[in-house]
Amino acid sequence: MTQLLQQHLVIAPLLVPLLGGILLLLMRGSATPLRRLVSMLSVQLLFGVALLLLLTVSDGRTLVYALGGWPAPFGIVLVADRLAAMLVLLTALLALFAMMHAIQGSDRSGRQFHVLFQFQLLGLNGAFLTGDLFNLFVFFEVLLIASYGLLLHGGGPDRSRAGLHYVVVNLVGSSLFLFAVGTLYGVLGTLNMADMAVRVAALPPADRALVQAAGLLLCLVFALKAALAPLHLWLPRAYAAAGPAAAAIFAVMTKVGAYALVRVSTLIFGPGGELDGLVEPWLLSLGLVTIVVGSIGVLASRQLGLLVSHLVVVSAGTLLTAFGIGGAAAVSAGLYYLLHSTLVAAALFLLTDNVAAARGRCADRIAAGPLLPAANLLGGLFLVLAVAVVGLPPLSGFLGKVMVLQAGLSSPWMPWILAVVLVSSLLTLVAVTRAGSALFFKTDPDAGSATLPNMADLVPVMALGGLGILLVIYAGPVYAFVAATAAQLLDPAAYVGAVLGAAPDAVPVVAPDMAQGAVATPEVNLP
Amino acid sequence: MEALIAIAIGVLTTCGVYLLLRARTFPVVLGLTLLSYGVNLFLFAMGRLTVGAPAIIEPARAAYTDPLPQALVLTAIVIGFGMTAFVVVLALRARADLGTDHVDGDQ
Repeated sequence: MTQLLQQHLVIAPLLVPLLGGILLLLMRGSATPLRRLVSMLSVQLLFGVALLLLLTVSDGRTLVYALGGWPAPFGIVLVADRLAAMLVLLTALLALFAMMHAIQGSDRSGRQFHVLFQFQLLGLNGAFLTGDLFNLFVFFEVLLIASYGLLLHGGGPDRSRAGLHYVVVNLVGSSLFLFAVGTLYGVLGTLNMADMAVRVAALPPADRALVQAAGLLLCLVFALKAALAPLHLWLPRAYAAAGPAAAAIFAVMTKVGAYALVRVSTLIFGPGGELDGLVEPWLLSLGLVTIVVGSIGVLASRQLGLLVSHLVVVSAGTLLTAFGIGGAAAVSAGLYYLLHSTLVAAALFLLTDNVAAARGRCADRIAAGPLLPAANLLGGLFLVLAVAVVGLPPLSGFLGKVMVLQAGLSSPWMPWILAVVLVSSLLTLVAVTRAGSALFFKTDPDAGSATLPNMADLVPVMALGGLGILLVIYAGPVYAFVAATAAQLLDPAAYVGAVLGAAPDAVPVVAPDMAQGAVATPEVNLP
Repeated sequence: MEALIAIAIGVLTTCGVYLLLRARTFPVVLGLTLLSYGVNLFLFAMGRLTVGAPAIIEPARAAYTDPLPQALVLTAIVIGFGMTAFVVVLALRARADLGTDHVDGDQ
C-alpha cells in the first residue's frame, strides 16, 4: 500500500478530487450531511497527499509521472517539483478551510456545490502538476468550467451579470491560448514543456520571431488569468459576487496564472535560452500599473467584498512585479508573498461574509450600520487581517513586501518599484482603515438590526489568519524553502533532465526513433 | 491550399472578434462560436497540410499526416462545444434575471 502510494504520489492530488467529485455526483439524492462528510473527507485526504508530496520533493527531487508508461516527449507527463508541490499544498489548505466554511450552510444555496468544488480542485492541482502545455490548457478549462458553476452558485442578478463577463472573457482567453499553443507546436514540433525548452535553446534565427510572438500571446493569456492590468477588469466584480467559500478558493485561481507565467518564463524562455527575458520586462512594468490601478479601486470601493477583490488585484500586481524583477532573491520574495497573499485574501473573503451576515440588511456596504453584538471579535479579526494585507509590521505582508523591495533595490527600475509599492501601501491603509472604522465603530440606529455571528463560521477565518501568523513565526524555514524553490526554478536544466531522462519501466509499442520522426519533424511530410 | 485555409481562418477570426464586441449577448455567443471555429482550423493546420496520407506510420507508405494536431483539435472541439452550450444557457439566465440581453445588464 505504501509502495503503491509512493509510486503514484504525483497523480494522487488529481485522483482524490476526481474520484471524490464522481462519488458526490452519484450521491445526488443522498442526505446533505452525508455529502458534506464525503466532500470533507476528500479534501482532508487531498491535504494529506499534498503534504506527503511536498515532503517527498522537499529534498530537491523532481518527480516525473509518465501516464500510461509512455516516455516523456511523446507521452503525457505530470511533474512535481518544489513549486508545484507547494502550490498543491496551498490549494489543499485553502480548500480545507473553504469547505469548513461552506458546510456551515452556504453550500445549500444552490445545487451541486460539492461536485463543482471537487472538480475545481482537480483543475487547480492538474494545472500545477502538468508538464505539458496542451494539458495545461485542458486543466485550465476544467478549473474554469467548475469556477463558472461556483461563481453562479446561489444565483441572483449580481452573479448573472458578473458571471457573463467572467465566462466570455475567459472563453476568449482560451481561444488565444489555443492560437499560441498551435503556433508553438507548428514551429517547435512538441508540447512537452521540458522538450520545448530544449528546442527553444537551439532555435534557428528564422523561427525566432514566430516563437517570440506565440510566447507573448501565451503569456498574455496567463496574464489574463493572473489579473495583470489592463486585463484585470473581470476580477473585482466576479470575486465580489461569488459566494464566500467560492471566493476563498478563487483566491488561489489568480495564482494559477502567476504560476504558469513563472513556469513558462523560467523554463521555456528561461535563463541561458535563446529567448531569455522575453516576459520579465512586461511583468515588471504592467505589475506596477496593476498595483496603482488596484489601489485606486480599493479607495473607490463602497462594499467590503469589492474592496477585498481590489486588494486581490493589488496583491497580484505585487506578485508579478516581484517575478518581473527576476533573479533568485526576487522570485523567492514573490513566492513568500504568494503564500501570504493567498491565505490572507481567502480569510478576508470569509470574514466579509460573516460581517455581511451579522449586519443584516446593511450587508457589506461600507457605511454606518447597526450595533454589532460581537464587534470586538469581528473587528479584531478584521484588524489583524488588514494589518497583514496592507503590509504593516509585524505580520506576513510586511515581511513579503520588505523582501520584494529589497530585491527591487538592485533593479534599474528601483525608484519606480519603491515609490509605487510604498504609496500603494499607504493608499490601501487609508482605505482599509476607513472601511474598518465605518463598519465597526459607527452605528446608525435606523439601519435595522444585527445578529450574532455564528462562531463556527469564524473558525476558518481564525485558522487562515493563524496560518498567516505562522508564516511570520516560521519565516526562517519558510524562506529557506522558497529560496530553494527559486533556485530550482532558475536551474531549468535539472527539470529538463528529470523529464526527458526519465525512462519508464514499460516500453511503448512505437520505437522512440520512429516516433521522433512523427512528432519532431512534421516538415518532412510536406509535398 | 495554404492561402485558402489562411484566408478562411482570418475571415472567421475577424468576424468572431467583430461580433464579440457587440453589446447584445446573442451576437457575442455567435462571435465566440466563430472564433472557436477559426482556432480549430488553425490548430488543425499546424500539423502542416497533407493530402491523401494516413495519420499512422505504415512501412509501405512514405508520407503520413501528423496525428497530434488532429487529437488536439478533437479535444478543443469537445471543450469548445461544452463551453458554447454553457454560455448559451448563461445568456438565457442573464436575460431572465436582468430583464435585458445587454452584456452589462443595464440597458
